[in-house]
Amino acid sequence: MNMQEIVNPMDTPPLVLPPTEPLHSRILYILLVIWRAMTVNRKVAVGSTIVGIFILVGLFGPLIVRTPPEDTSNLFIAPPSMTHWLGTTVVGQDIFSQLIYGTRTSIFWGFLTGLLVTLLSILIGLVSGYFGSWVDNLLTLLTNVSLVLPSLPLAIVLAAYFPRGPVTISLVIVFTNWAWQARVLRAQTLSMRSREFVAAARAMGESAWRIVFFEILPNEIGIIVAGFVSTTIYVVLTWAALEFLGLGDGTIPSWGSILYWAQQAGALGGGLWWWFIPPGACIAILGAGLSLINFGIDEIADPRLR
Amino acid sequence: MRHTFQRILFYVGAVWAAITLDFFIPRMAPGNPVSALVGKMSTKGYVTPAMAQSLSAEFGLNTHDTLIVQYFKYLGNLLHGNLGNSIQYFPTPVSHIIGQDIGWSVMLGGVAVIISFLLGCLFGIIVAWKRGSLLDTILSPTMNLLSAIPYFWLALLSLFFFAYLLDWFPLTGGAYDSLNVTPGWSLDYIGSVIQYAFLPALTLVISSLAGWMLTMRNSMITTLSEDYVLMAQAKGLSELRVMFLYAARNAVLPNITGFAIAIGAIVGGQLLTEMVFSYPGIGYALFQAVGEQDYAMVQGVFLMITLAVLGANFLADMLYTVLDPRVRIERNA
Repeated sequence: MNMQEIVNPMDTPPLVLPPTEPLHSRILYILLVIWRAMTVNRKVAVGSTIVGIFILVGLFGPLIVRTPPEDTSNLFIAPPSMTHWLGTTVVGQDIFSQLIYGTRTSIFWGFLTGLLVTLLSILIGLVSGYFGSWVDNLLTLLTNVSLVLPSLPLAIVLAAYFPRGPVTISLVIVFTNWAWQARVLRAQTLSMRSREFVAAARAMGESAWRIVFFEILPNEIGIIVAGFVSTTIYVVLTWAALEFLGLGDGTIPSWGSILYWAQQAGALGGGLWWWFIPPGACIAILGAGLSLINFGIDEIADPRLR
Repeated sequence: MRHTFQRILFYVGAVWAAITLDFFIPRMAPGNPVSALVGKMSTKGYVTPAMAQSLSAEFGLNTHDTLIVQYFKYLGNLLHGNLGNSIQYFPTPVSHIIGQDIGWSVMLGGVAVIISFLLGCLFGIIVAWKRGSLLDTILSPTMNLLSAIPYFWLALLSLFFFAYLLDWFPLTGGAYDSLNVTPGWSLDYIGSVIQYAFLPALTLVISSLAGWMLTMRNSMITTLSEDYVLMAQAKGLSELRVMFLYAARNAVLPNITGFAIAIGAIVGGQLLTEMVFSYPGIGYALFQAVGEQDYAMVQGVFLMITLAVLGANFLADMLYTVLDPRVRIERNA
């Protein structure tokens, strides 16, 4: 929620790029920096491991778990056992299988939506910060208005009117959550604009778009990564909340829709803890992993917080 | 003065944007929501012609007015406080239902925000003061983890443990025990209200405590490295005095504006709380309206929530200018 506290643009040192190197070796260099950051800080290492495990489960889990998540059976509301590791639902569906398939859906859409939010905020933040004048005024106004409108209620209203499904939820979340990062990136771009390397690029006759996306953007990669991580936490939480409210497509297994069906079937009053505890725990653990990465990034950027 | 004027202008613009969104969202929605809705509702057998007409009016389908004319009619209705009629409780006006529910929301959220703010600031001050101590190394990461828990899941868990397993609190929801207690200034009634509000308030406090604490901790750490804090310590002032009157007093600024915003976010911020606990506030009203596709209600509640948030943000903005003169000077320059 508090993205403005997590990312402090002024304290992130710009990457020093060897200007003569070709693009692919620059990318290699950035990857090297990321790898070093992941292994140097313990929080980042633990966080990346957690997130990595979830991604692996999402990728390969459904290949290993052979029970289709939507298959019903005669074994209703069975507690966890050797055959059904996390028990069954009121119509005899295997909850473990639902959870594994749900991990794929939730991880895929969570990261994709996080990426879309980040891309939109990069576009708006950088264009707004670099071009200035009326473009900046207009985009800043748009950003600030979007910032003060309450995002969860707006997302609920939007999702309520449009057809149920992951695409709707994804677009709704992108539409309601791009503004924080756009503002942070605009401020950073504003301070980059007057740096020498930008002036040099301009003097060499590089086009404005090239300067924005090839000169300035690589120098903001630290903030962008931190922003992407905190956005993804928020996306996963909001996604689950919207599905829990019944605004998602209940036929696709995901963490949020498992919780929705558990709630619909009165799992709480019936004491069916194996139904609603695992999906929530997955969301919490993934969120904790992503937060750890971000706290690590924060510590690397601002040593005073250590 | 110029800064204040600019902010007022901005918030007027934001209110307009919210109202306009509220008008256009249902009209952008694909298909014909009215016929779909009437079809769905008539299977339950309670569509009267008056309801169908009210639905059509809601979506602007009964008139031959252009969109622009409809838009200005809508603005006119809003100015008269007319938010349309609810479909679930036809023909009760939406504004009437909102008026009924908002009291519970404000009470529950207000108490929770104040407790959470005070506790969070206090913890943040102490933890920053004793940075690196055992307390800091345990409390700070614990709070981080707590803030990563999805709120509605925390709420479900607490309901499961305290209401289902331990049976300390009611599982059914509501604001008070409506079967055995009549509203009034009696001990029974107040006790019942507290019993029903305790668990929702507790989860709200737990989930928001971390934010206050971490902001306070970070801002306090920065403040503690200032020269005037060192000076106060060198003068031999008591530890408590330096901690609260020198450091915390200046470090609390980001949290104060956060507090103003949190007060505004009460109405919208506890949507999930009220939905999970079936607490009859405005969030629960929105939840039910979404489920019943009571679009006038959805729009009305969204508008109320937005206005509350905008008002609080405006107050926070103004408060910040008063509390921190640097903002005034910087922005005027």
